[in-house]
Amino acid sequence: METFITIIAGVLFTIGTYLILSKGLVRIILGLSLFTHGVHMLLMAVNGLKKGGAPLLGEGTDVYTDPLPQALILTSIVISFALTAFSLVLGYRTYVELGTDDLEQLKGDPNE
Amino acid sequence: MSWLHLAVLTPFLFTLVVPLLNKNIRRIHTGWFVLAVPLLLFIYFLGHFPLDPTMAPVIHSIPWIPSLDIHFTLYLDGLALLLLLIITGIGTLVVLYSIYYMSMEREALHNFYVYLLLFMGAMLGIVLSDNLLVLYVFWETTSVSSFLLIAYWYQRSRSRYGAQKSMLITVSGGFSMLFGFILLYTMTGTFSVRELIGMSGQIAEHALFIPAMLLILLGAFTKSAQFPFHIWLPDAMEAPTPISAYLHSATMVKAGVYLVARLTPIFGGSMEWFWIITIFGVITLFWGSFMAIRQNDLKALLAYSTISQLGLIMSLLGIGSAALNANFSDQAILFSGATLAAVFHLFNHSIFKGCLFMVIGILDHETGTRDIRKLGGLMSIMPISFTLTVIGGLSMAGLPPFSGFLSKEMFFTGMLTAARNMDQWVMLLPVVAWIASVLTFVYCLILVFKTFTGKFQPERLDKAPHEAPIGMLISPGVLAVLVIVFFFFPNLLSLSLLEPAMHSIMPNLLAPGERFDVHISAFHGFNTELLMTFGIILLGTTLYVYLKRWSGIYDTLPRKYTLNNAYDGGLTGLERMSLKFTSTYMTGFLHNYLSYIFVVMICLTAGTLLSQGAFTIDLSTNSSIEWFEFVLGISVIIAAVFMVFSRSRMTSIIAVGSIGYMVSLFFVIFRAPDLALTQLVVETITTALFLLCFYYLPKMKKELTRLRFKLSNLLISLGVGITLTLIGLSVQGHNLFESISRYFENSYELAGAKNIVNSLLVDFRAFDTMLEIVVLFAAGIGVYNLIKLRENRRNN
Amino acid sequence: MKFTDVILQTSTKILVFIILTFSIYVMFAGHHNPGGGFIGGLITASALILLYIAFDVKTVHEIIPVDFKIVGALGVLIALLTGIGSMVLGYPFLSQTFAYKTLPLFGKTELATAVIFDLGVYMAVVGTTMTIILSIGEDE
Repeated sequence: METFITIIAGVLFTIGTYLILSKGLVRIILGLSLFTHGVHMLLMAVNGLKKGGAPLLGEGTDVYTDPLPQALILTSIVISFALTAFSLVLGYRTYVELGTDDLEQLKGDPNE
Repeated sequence: MSWLHLAVLTPFLFTLVVPLLNKNIRRIHTGWFVLAVPLLLFIYFLGHFPLDPTMAPVIHSIPWIPSLDIHFTLYLDGLALLLLLIITGIGTLVVLYSIYYMSMEREALHNFYVYLLLFMGAMLGIVLSDNLLVLYVFWETTSVSSFLLIAYWYQRSRSRYGAQKSMLITVSGGFSMLFGFILLYTMTGTFSVRELIGMSGQIAEHALFIPAMLLILLGAFTKSAQFPFHIWLPDAMEAPTPISAYLHSATMVKAGVYLVARLTPIFGGSMEWFWIITIFGVITLFWGSFMAIRQNDLKALLAYSTISQLGLIMSLLGIGSAALNANFSDQAILFSGATLAAVFHLFNHSIFKGCLFMVIGILDHETGTRDIRKLGGLMSIMPISFTLTVIGGLSMAGLPPFSGFLSKEMFFTGMLTAARNMDQWVMLLPVVAWIASVLTFVYCLILVFKTFTGKFQPERLDKAPHEAPIGMLISPGVLAVLVIVFFFFPNLLSLSLLEPAMHSIMPNLLAPGERFDVHISAFHGFNTELLMTFGIILLGTTLYVYLKRWSGIYDTLPRKYTLNNAYDGGLTGLERMSLKFTSTYMTGFLHNYLSYIFVVMICLTAGTLLSQGAFTIDLSTNSSIEWFEFVLGISVIIAAVFMVFSRSRMTSIIAVGSIGYMVSLFFVIFRAPDLALTQLVVETITTALFLLCFYYLPKMKKELTRLRFKLSNLLISLGVGITLTLIGLSVQGHNLFESISRYFENSYELAGAKNIVNSLLVDFRAFDTMLEIVVLFAAGIGVYNLIKLRENRRNN
Repeated sequence: MKFTDVILQTSTKILVFIILTFSIYVMFAGHHNPGGGFIGGLITASALILLYIAFDVKTVHEIIPVDFKIVGALGVLIALLTGIGSMVLGYPFLSQTFAYKTLPLFGKTELATAVIFDLGVYMAVVGTTMTIILSIGEDE
């Protein structure tokens, strides 16, 4: 299971990177989303899966899964939400203001 | 927190009030309020005077960063007290003078006084710090405040140029000094000056002794404008004259001299220390006095004369350090006379140079020019200013009955001592010193007579000159009186102030309880020193009278290959080079930057891990996999691959949303209910966001790119994916140490919470969460501004 | 955004209250069960978004005259103040504590400062999410 999840994460990384490296703004934002998902999956897999119950003391099991990566991922989810929202708006404003989303055309004047 | 700490912090604290005072009390010149600070500090420090050297010095310590051995330790001894009195005493007079000099209506007084107080506090900090790193912090603070003060009239390009020049030179010197301090720390394990002095024997035998010494001296030389780093000082004269009087003659430039004096007990025993300081001092002494004669601007003349005088003090400290050298232990007391001369001249110079700068400021203020060629014949119009100039100028020239004469004589004694007790060619020292003194005499005469005698040229002046208001004359007047008082009663200072200062410079020379013989007197009989003075007067007057005949030698100096040109050329060259270098990789194309990052990441991590043989994959700890999990995983992969080929915005958004939902299903399988819930809702809202922007988002057109571009992208992304997958796989089954998570399972006892993840977020690691919501909120405000600001602009 | 979808509007009127109630439950349940400020805040935000989709921005703004930027800022402030509160009492920044008290109506209840902090998180999340959505939504 861990290997499988790691490979899924790897695929998400590869495709995320490919999209990030493209020229269109929308693709870059989508690529970032994929990359984040990949990181979350990897963090879960690295920690070991199905090792115990949910980290709720009310459940009354003996062994719990490690709560620390979960807390970290929760933080990451919210941050990446903020990041996506911001870059999305940035991208859309850029497009509205400048009429293009091609990053090659967006690069500045070399003498600037 | 002791009174001493409070004294250092007072100027800094007062800076907070100055802008308020300046804004709210318009009718009273802000300077009157500021005046209280140096005055009170002066009185406070005067309370420590006279300091008994046999008594233990005053030490107060507050731990600052104890883990790095940085303590805010203040240490008041004779040397410190001497400088403290100069800083606060001249500071008082300068502030008083500035009240009349700086116009209340036209000038930005709050800036001026804030910078001035900043400087004053930093200077007190330098002098009192025992910890070298604390000293460094204050040292750079003086550089920064000096920068701000030189650029006070920032509208003028000369001011900005001078400020930048002084900043670059002094700060780079300060930086090398910091390295020197760190070397000292690696040798001894302490930053405390007192402890370092105790270990001076151990330091002297260390291999890093010479490098540390050179680096620290570089800092001291740049600060004290020693040749060839002196070039910043003449350009620093763009500052308002009170600042030139205070920072660039009386105090800040003395910081380098102070540092040399302070560290003499550590380095003083070595011959290298003696030679470097003496030779650089003498060269600076000569070059400064030689160049001063050529200047037409009175302030530039004084700037070069300051350089020259600083060289004089420096060379005396160099000669005095021979007293600590084992080779000259028999003549130690003789050499220590040079140190006394250094300390005494440091004091005298602050007084007469402060006086001269203030008078030049008056001239500038009343006539509108500082150009010698336009001035002349002012003696009858400005008699008081003339008298003050005569006193200051002749004291600088080394004539009786002014205190400069005493220290000048002692300077010759020091030079002669060195010549008599050392190798043959050291004989050059008194010769060069004498020539420099002749030149000093010449520029003093120029200063006094070219300005005040000769033909009065009212047509070349911007204003009709008249004597300055009384308030402006008080400060230079007080200093001029002191110049005369200390000629007749030098022993007011000698035992109470100069002797303790010598003790701090040479603490181990005398047996405990003994005192240096510091009786200063004006007349020692017809000895070599007196003859040298007569020679100076004779030759100097001759040279002054025939100035026009011989001033042609200045034209033989190369015009192209000057130090200033070297500095300017170096600076523009540096700029051009860095521009060229930067433009090779800063293309402005995001794709390139990301490629650098990814390639470096692949090379560094994969390279390191490969070379260390860290990719060992152990799959034995794998847990079982169910068929629905497999299907889910494959769906994620399919959706992701689909995104690469998708040409439509809508399908891409749906695909990325579905991946998010599937990931949240995975979280359910992984027993992470909090994550699953959050991911689910976040995905919903993100999709809503995408759809909201949908109409405005650019169409995803087929990217018309070359195959090479795509291939390289594919290669990089495969590299990233494979590297991270391999790392992920290698990490499994490698538990180097026990997870700390067991601790959090006590969350019910520790935090009263049964949900461990939530207690982690809001209790154990609440700091993370707090900063996280700050980031979130900042992003929200960012989005708001991105949209609303444009609307506002359009509405306008 | 202007839709007039009667079915959507009618069902929204009921749904919003269910979702809001649920979100507040989730927020406070977070101490012992899955949930917490983040999830609660996001669910509240999604309820509000539903409201804005069903009706238009102006109508909703008349019903809920709240500036969400201020809500977000208040949330951050509350979280910060709980941290400073512990400093005032001489504990390190952001130390949380809890106690059991008997309250009227609720009986024996656990009171934890962590919940106040979580409330700050909740408000920050609601405020920020709504600020983002509304900024885009109101843009011409």
